[in-house]
Amino acid sequence: MSLTQEVVPAGTRVRGPTALGDDPRRLLRLTWTLATTDFKLRFFGSALGYLWQLMRPLMLFGILYVVFTQFLDFAGPERFFGVSLLLGIVLYNFFSESTGGAVKSILNREQLVRKIDFPRLAVPLSTVLQALFNLGLNLVPVLIFLIAQGGRPRLSWLALPVLVLVLATMGLGLAMLLSSLYVRYRDIEPIWDVVLQALFYATPILYTAEYVKMKAGESAVQLLLLLNPFAAIVQESKHVLIDPTHPSTTSFFGSPALVFLPLASIVAIFAIGYVVFAREAPRIAEDL
Amino acid sequence: MSAEPRAIVVDRVSKQFRLPHERVHTLKERALHPFRQPSYDALAALQDVSFDVRRGEFFGIVGRNGSGKSTLLKCLAGIYRVDHGNIYVDGRMSTFIELGVGFNPDLPARDNVMINATMLGLSPREARRRFDRILDFAELHDFVDLKLKNYSSGMMVRLAFSVAIQVDAEILLIDEVLAVGDASFQQKCFDEFARIRKSAATVLLVTHDMASVERFCDRAMLLEHGWLVDIGDTDRVGTKYLELNFSAQARAAEAEAAQAVTPAPAEAADDEEAQPEERVIEPEQPQPERMRFGNGKAEMIDGWFEDASGRTEMLRAGEPCTFCVRARFHEQVENPLLGVSIYNAIDDCVLGFNNRQLGPAGVFEPGEELVFRVEFDNVLVPGRYDVSPAIAHDGGGFHWIDFRKRWVSVVVTGTGGLTGALVEMPFDMSLQRLSAAGARPVRSA
Repeated sequence: MSLTQEVVPAGTRVRGPTALGDDPRRLLRLTWTLATTDFKLRFFGSALGYLWQLMRPLMLFGILYVVFTQFLDFAGPERFFGVSLLLGIVLYNFFSESTGGAVKSILNREQLVRKIDFPRLAVPLSTVLQALFNLGLNLVPVLIFLIAQGGRPRLSWLALPVLVLVLATMGLGLAMLLSSLYVRYRDIEPIWDVVLQALFYATPILYTAEYVKMKAGESAVQLLLLLNPFAAIVQESKHVLIDPTHPSTTSFFGSPALVFLPLASIVAIFAIGYVVFAREAPRIAEDL
Repeated sequence: MSAEPRAIVVDRVSKQFRLPHERVHTLKERALHPFRQPSYDALAALQDVSFDVRRGEFFGIVGRNGSGKSTLLKCLAGIYRVDHGNIYVDGRMSTFIELGVGFNPDLPARDNVMINATMLGLSPREARRRFDRILDFAELHDFVDLKLKNYSSGMMVRLAFSVAIQVDAEILLIDEVLAVGDASFQQKCFDEFARIRKSAATVLLVTHDMASVERFCDRAMLLEHGWLVDIGDTDRVGTKYLELNFSAQARAAEAEAAQAVTPAPAEAADDEEAQPEERVIEPEQPQPERMRFGNGKAEMIDGWFEDASGRTEMLRAGEPCTFCVRARFHEQVENPLLGVSIYNAIDDCVLGFNNRQLGPAGVFEPGEELVFRVEFDNVLVPGRYDVSPAIAHDGGGFHWIDFRKRWVSVVVTGTGGLTGALVEMPFDMSLQRLSAAGARPVRSA
């Protein structure tokens, strides 16, 4: 009596864990649950929960603002140097939370990964989602500062969510890559810390793109914005949100078509991240 | 085979784990040695396992630690991907591999129930609808807003179990979670399992406790080193499992004893190598104290059981057997008393024999050897026994020459033990009806 000779029943085949799972709704529900739970925990964990979340970027902003306006006189020709600095910090904060936070995410969720079958992608996705929640919160003071300093709502603000989405795509790509690689290679964590640090200075946050152009010439700023998609997004965000005196990313490029280069690298990062994650996903529970 | 459709089909499933010798832990190492093939031990956790479970069946999977049963369950649950073969499942599945997955101590029970239910596959709406039922079952309505870290561990388990049981799955995979909570809640769980058993649900129970298998399961299968050893009737599988368990234990004890006497090379560790998964060390069996007294005028060198086929560590209940001791005398001993006591697992002395009725044994000279045998029909009920043989001076009080407490272990297998008695003798029983009106004597034609 061999089973193979009998007709396979109408049931479904158990394929083992995958990145996406069979039911997209389950992936979304789980992602949402994981992200909101962690978000809640932050606020329930301490009396000043929400305030702390706001304080982090604000503190950094305060220090940098004092240093760069009072001592170094970094402010370029653009208006609202302070708010644009804050926006840069807030976006950087989002990026570092979604990627840096994702590095150890699978290991931190070991209990889940080893004990239940769920779409593995929910883990890095929830990290990015949670970072998005925080970004939403942190954008509130940015807008308050902007309006307090005389900025007025403009139609171009509507472009910001699109930019955030592009940034989140890039963040998710890296989150998938880093979280799955970390299971095998534990030195991903310090390496990525250094990369994040470098990225902070390789992005027009402290300084402006105009300043780079002034000091190092046109090609330097072009290279910066072409090679660092994060810088391209930050610069464009300043343009659409803060004030048009912050030149848009495309204005630095000779041809507007060049804007596809940072976009293409974001797509590539996402694709690589997904492929690596999907390859690792079925056996992550064993390798932990 | 029953006509019920099959709920689970496992078709020639194999699963290997790779245990790397030296794990490349860092990108740096990987970059420095890009072409080094990491060497690893392949550990076969499941080997060509095939079986199927009919809908509505309560199916037990038993095996010793590291036999692959938990791996099998994880493959069924979709947590591990199998290397070869296929698994088909027909119906909504719920896994009780670990209770309270996703529980967070800093959140109140309310949130944790929702989180856990989502993890187990419910939609938020379904979870909300079952919320009251879950708390009812757990009897924790008064503590719904209490943070989980303030729960007692018993309450936590109750909550977790209640969520899992309310998922209303058609197929339940249960991994040794029966022993949860206090006695009354445990009873409730058993009742719940009994209810599930009656409903159309299919249950797979993984355990190393044969009692719960015999209590609940319709059929069972036995795994050992990843191979399917036996499948079918729970009694038969249970007996096999006990044999497997005790023979392994006896081997281990022997190896231990051998090592204690002569620090021999570690041959004995051989069969430990194939321990799959978490390299679990066998759960410490409470080692009976092995004590030895005596003045050393004689020494028992060997003690063993024999059945019809020769020397053995396992006896069938009801069959004739012999216990033998070989002893050597170092000094002259006159009329030694030779005795044997057999103890069961809870230290009752069940049987005792000695040579007093044979009359004086005579004088033994130094260097002389002696074998004494006790033959008896094995009236012991199935279980594990220890034998304490002794040589003593016959006289008032105990003057041990050599007394070895719990020296020899033996396992009795069989189907008896239902009477609760310590021993079960062969007997004849007859029924005779007396003086009832119209009754005819029972007599076969």
